[in-house]
Amino acid sequence: MSGRLFDKVWDRHLVVSPEGEPPLLYIDLHLVHEVTSPQAFESLELTGRPVRRPGLTVATMDHDVPTTGLDRPIADPLAAEQISRLRRNCELHGITLHGLGSIEQGIVHVIGPQLGLTQPGMTVVCGDSHTSTHGAFGALAFGIGTSEVEHVLATQTLRQAKPAAMAVTVEGQLGDGMTAKDLVLGIVRALGPGGGVGSVIEYRGDAIRALSMEGRMTVCNMSIEGGARAGMIAPDDTTFAFLDGRRHSPRGKDWEAALDDWRGLGTDDGAEFDHEVRLDVSALQPAITWGTTPAQSVSIDDKIPDPGSFASPAQQQAAQRALTYMGLEPGTAIRDVPVDVVFIGSCTNGRLEDLRAAADVLRGRHAHPRVRALVVPGSARVKAEAEAEGLDKLFTQAGVEWRSAGCSMCLGMNGDILAPGQRSASTSNRNFEGRQGPGGRTHLVSPAVAAATAVAGHFTLPGDL
Amino acid sequence: MPGIQRIAGRAVAVDRDDIDTDQIIPAAWLKRVERTGFAPGLFGAWREDRSFALNRPGAAGSKVLIAGDNFGCGSSREHAVWALQDFGFAAVVSPGFADIFRGNAIGSGLVPAQAAAATVARLFAALAADPDAEVVVDVAARTVAIPAAGIEEPFALADFARWRLLEGLDDIALTLRHETAIAAFEAGRPAWLPALDRVRPAAR
Repeated sequence: MSGRLFDKVWDRHLVVSPEGEPPLLYIDLHLVHEVTSPQAFESLELTGRPVRRPGLTVATMDHDVPTTGLDRPIADPLAAEQISRLRRNCELHGITLHGLGSIEQGIVHVIGPQLGLTQPGMTVVCGDSHTSTHGAFGALAFGIGTSEVEHVLATQTLRQAKPAAMAVTVEGQLGDGMTAKDLVLGIVRALGPGGGVGSVIEYRGDAIRALSMEGRMTVCNMSIEGGARAGMIAPDDTTFAFLDGRRHSPRGKDWEAALDDWRGLGTDDGAEFDHEVRLDVSALQPAITWGTTPAQSVSIDDKIPDPGSFASPAQQQAAQRALTYMGLEPGTAIRDVPVDVVFIGSCTNGRLEDLRAAADVLRGRHAHPRVRALVVPGSARVKAEAEAEGLDKLFTQAGVEWRSAGCSMCLGMNGDILAPGQRSASTSNRNFEGRQGPGGRTHLVSPAVAAATAVAGHFTLPGDL
Repeated sequence: MPGIQRIAGRAVAVDRDDIDTDQIIPAAWLKRVERTGFAPGLFGAWREDRSFALNRPGAAGSKVLIAGDNFGCGSSREHAVWALQDFGFAAVVSPGFADIFRGNAIGSGLVPAQAAAATVARLFAALAADPDAEVVVDVAARTVAIPAAGIEEPFALADFARWRLLEGLDDIALTLRHETAIAAFEAGRPAWLPALDRVRPAAR
């Protein structure tokens, strides 16, 4: 079926569709980082294969880089080894690397859009599941494993069976205090953790159109938390305004040609989808996860649910397990749950707009004495831009740690972790058991709720401070 | 990668849905630059619970993991597949796999056998009755069986994936058969697309 954004992008990247094999899809942009690439580069060396298109490959360091003390050598010898391997591999193969110390270093999914590398209609892959972020530009973007990283390095293609097309149509207007994070937590709650498996989601509707590019990236970022292969949003004037003038955006006649092309990418009227989910966001409230999948969330005014209230035995069992792990009792008001750590950052919510939202709440206030709060910008450039606005001083005066760019406590690889039993309000994307450190308990929230929670010491809204 | 025709051996049953790759291999293990040595980290946090299935004395040497729906969701880390293989698993049987995990499994030669939920429920029941029962995953026939319990049921595996697993084929070599088509495609890409080609250092 033609006429959908997904088909249009898919079709223009089909290299060959051999009989009895999944088609080969050309990859326009391959983002590489230190953690999922070393084994791929090693295999290339063992087989004597070159990187086919180093110019379509861009590397950075994000997953296990330190976010403090960058003037000192990296203390963790394993992280240091991964970082030095990436440097060597990029040098050897002629791949552009935005390494530590570069203004363009940062989380892969923050720097791609920031550099104008992510453009409508492209295919973008990376050895990281949150590659779905780039779909906010109308690109087909998805995470891959290390064997596929090697495959893309060697061939600039991927063998992919075509996923199904799902529409998530979001109507209505976001209420006061509502953000893209609350919206996507609502979407993931509706989908369930596996509802999108085998599908590429196109987010549609007024509520999506009204979002900034940063907000759209937050929504597409968490597509994978609903199990989807990718999430996409048709490009429009908001997209084009974001891209205009960025380092790798087309210029002059190329810009005009690209705009003409991009304007035709949107799904045609009357196109049908394999699955459709509809949501009205007018009634949604700011969301907080209570469990151990991002689909387990409630609204700020709600209580911790009773496992018995879920429909299926499997869901009931999962809820009971989650509550035991999280150390929560059914019926407790979510506002009454105390928090030890607040983490503001990640590829979900580590862009300048997110830091501003947190700063607006913290301005003239101070973090609760029991709470350790840290802000980790998504990229070195985001950090510099925030500092130019004085946000670093604002955070520091509020008793909040101001760090350097990286994935940090989103996945706790770099030493920024929760202690066992500690509870966090986190603007990241996953609340899996142990995600932020063994025994750590993660609650996913928006930047504004995270900041308000840092002040109050328990979950709350900015308006309630 | 060696081909896989048929896997027969003991199984480990983990009857939970939505097992994410953070559980299969915690992030601390992702700092390794090798593809081996992950077995001690497999289900690292859950193994601290002595009653966890992987701690059963018979679990060592098992070849098949039976798990709940949406297995391998979350992070794209192929380390999860390597950890399962490093422990000795050659197949995972589940009602459903997360997309990235399935691709990683096929890429690394771990069989993702997607069986009907009712089949997986019968496997769980049979293994509860006899945890040491032999489980057979026949890649050629696409069947999963516990002969002692009289169970033999089909599982889904795409034709191309089945062929690759059976033959142990190098996916990159298969793709490079289409080099001419790739080069022709590249010649027609729009000029505005970003490319960061720079002078490459001298070849090794």
